[in-house]
Amino acid sequence: MSQTAEAISDYRDLDGAEMLRVRDLHAFYGESHILHGVDFDVRRGELVTLLGRNGAGRSTTLKAVMNMVGQRTGSIVINGNETLDMRPHRIPRLGVGYCPEERGIFASLDVEENLLLPPTVRSGGMSLDEIYAMFPNLYERRRSQGTRLSGGEQQMLAMARILRTGARLLLLDEITEGLAPVINQALGEVLVKLKERGMTIVLVEQNFRFAAPLADRHFVMEHGRIIEEISAAELPARREHLNRLLGV
Amino acid sequence: MTMILGVPLAVFMGQLMLGLINGAFYALLSLGLAVIFGLLKIINFAHGAQYMLGAFAALLGLQYLGLNYWLALLLVPLVVGGLGMLIERTILRRIAHLDHLYGLLLTYGLALIFEGALINLFGVSGASYPVPEALQGGLNLGFMFLPTYRGWVLVAALVVCLATWFIIERTRLGAYLRAGTENPALMQAFGVNVPQLITLTYGFGVALAAFAGVLAAPLYPVSPTMGSSLLIVVFAVVVIGGMGSILGAILTGLGMGLVEGLTKVYYPEAANTVIFLVMILVLMLRPAGLFGKEA
Repeated sequence: MSQTAEAISDYRDLDGAEMLRVRDLHAFYGESHILHGVDFDVRRGELVTLLGRNGAGRSTTLKAVMNMVGQRTGSIVINGNETLDMRPHRIPRLGVGYCPEERGIFASLDVEENLLLPPTVRSGGMSLDEIYAMFPNLYERRRSQGTRLSGGEQQMLAMARILRTGARLLLLDEITEGLAPVINQALGEVLVKLKERGMTIVLVEQNFRFAAPLADRHFVMEHGRIIEEISAAELPARREHLNRLLGV
Repeated sequence: MTMILGVPLAVFMGQLMLGLINGAFYALLSLGLAVIFGLLKIINFAHGAQYMLGAFAALLGLQYLGLNYWLALLLVPLVVGGLGMLIERTILRRIAHLDHLYGLLLTYGLALIFEGALINLFGVSGASYPVPEALQGGLNLGFMFLPTYRGWVLVAALVVCLATWFIIERTRLGAYLRAGTENPALMQAFGVNVPQLITLTYGFGVALAAFAGVLAAPLYPVSPTMGSSLLIVVFAVVVIGGMGSILGAILTGLGMGLVEGLTKVYYPEAANTVIFLVMILVLMLRPAGLFGKEA
């Protein structure tokens, strides 16, 4: 990156500036057309959710941002950089951390190797000590095989390892899925801490009760489109409406 | 004279040593196959040809360029490995999204092309490569006579095998390789250039085969078909060891060499088939291989 470009992207890092802008995003897996023109944006330091029923296209939206789907059209601007034509391994280097729904813990690596695996993409990531302070369980089990951990610990590990890389935009897919309420509470506390550190977070969530108190804005998806945007302030008045959309 | 189960000690140890040397080659070659299969999911049928190319490159380098053995040991794996990377970039990558059987067929075709081209140029009879001066002669170990070059081959092969094990199991690059084997898409999402990792891995596996080829040149006749006969046995070794484990490939390679050597002492008629018998047994009792992970 040239010096001017770097200066511009640093400038865009300022609070309130756009971290992620998605416009008319279409995505395809082979023949199937999954996203049909997704539009949304996320400002720096915000936590937004993508809500919707199964198959609405929420996980695919995150994958499309990471260039992990077959084909994409439209526009995805991350921190001022158009990424539609970028190769997949370049995208994390813009400061993006991705935590997949299936967690993606590597069985052939122990916990610490899993933690150290993702390359540093930017300066200012958390140190190993800070991560162990935030997730004491992982320290105790650092020599265990990654997949021997409990579901909750694996989820902690999947999140912890992208905090080390210096990523400032976190895409988290269904992190509470299948976990006990007490674990979800701990995960919620972690998200609050990350927000305090100025991280920008996009949360795909099924568990609306988990997401509601954390998020600044909610985007509701259906049939591969964003059909509604609800801010935290509007939420109490529109709760009924939202429940109807989500079918809960 | 000391006898072991009716066989003179010197004969027994001599055959064991020969077995161990063969085992060292099995280990080097099956290691390369395992590394390639891990990340590319391709059964590299060109592996024997690449081993043969290593031996041939050493021979031709000596005849036409005056390249000595030690330089050949260093340069030939780089050159043949580079050729491997070129093959991956230009050919294998194009079929990476297809069924892995296509990779097997394609590399088999490449092996036939390499072999055929060299047979055309040099015939099948092969030539011999002189043992380097520093490694001529032998050591009298008391219980047996050990030709120095054979001792060197064993040491060099073991060092390279263990270094490979160390890189894969104990370094960051190795962690990339192991993780890339499990979930390449996620590695890309972490910012790892997986296509590049694949190219380097294939090149490394091929370089191991070429290294084995240079080591083999002073021991066996250098001929275009030297790889294809060896490769069949190496595939059996890989099946016995299982695909999952690096250390497993090394130990199985050495172990099968010993089994073959012992069979030569006690029942020479079966020496060429014993590894396949072991393979059948292992497939019946532990289909994933001795060190493989059950699917």
